[in-house]
Amino acid sequence: MAEIQWLKDVDAALKQARTTGKPVLLDFSAAPM
Amino acid sequence: MESISSRFIPFHAHIKDQKPVFDRFNAQWTPTQIILDSDGVERHRMEGFLPADDFLAQLDLGLGKIQFQRKDFATAGKTLRTVCEAFPKSGAAPEACYWAGVAAYKGSDDPKHLGATAKALKERYPESEWARKASVWSS
Repeated sequence: MAEIQWLKDVDAALKQARTTGKPVLLDFSAAPM
Repeated sequence: MESISSRFIPFHAHIKDQKPVFDRFNAQWTPTQIILDSDGVERHRMEGFLPADDFLAQLDLGLGKIQFQRKDFATAGKTLRTVCEAFPKSGAAPEACYWAGVAAYKGSDDPKHLGATAKALKERYPESEWARKASVWSS
């Protein structure tokens, strides 16, 4: 499975969603990356 | 199973780096995942760790809710039935079965779908609140 390219800019994610029509998955964590 | 990237715009925030984004979306605990529709409206929220199958089932439940909200009842029903069939032991399954039944009803205007859903929920998930919610549809 391809690695997920998580965005770090939430407003960029929201803009992409509006452009593509895709929903957004917001992931909030406190785990070490 | 379609990948997350093909179905969602994925965004990740760590509490140490993006506390204002936690506050903006009212993320009170970690892990939290929130599904927004393409207009940025929250449609589904998961709080706390979930094993993989439960997590994947919740993603489909969230997608199904978005499709339902858009009144695309055929697609919503298909997505929600996937949860019932592919992840029958997941915590999301009873809710997904319930809304799959509602989507089938709304897409056809045929109340038989509600009765069948109530029967299925009573048989498969008798202790769930979704079986109790659907019990009103039993004839």
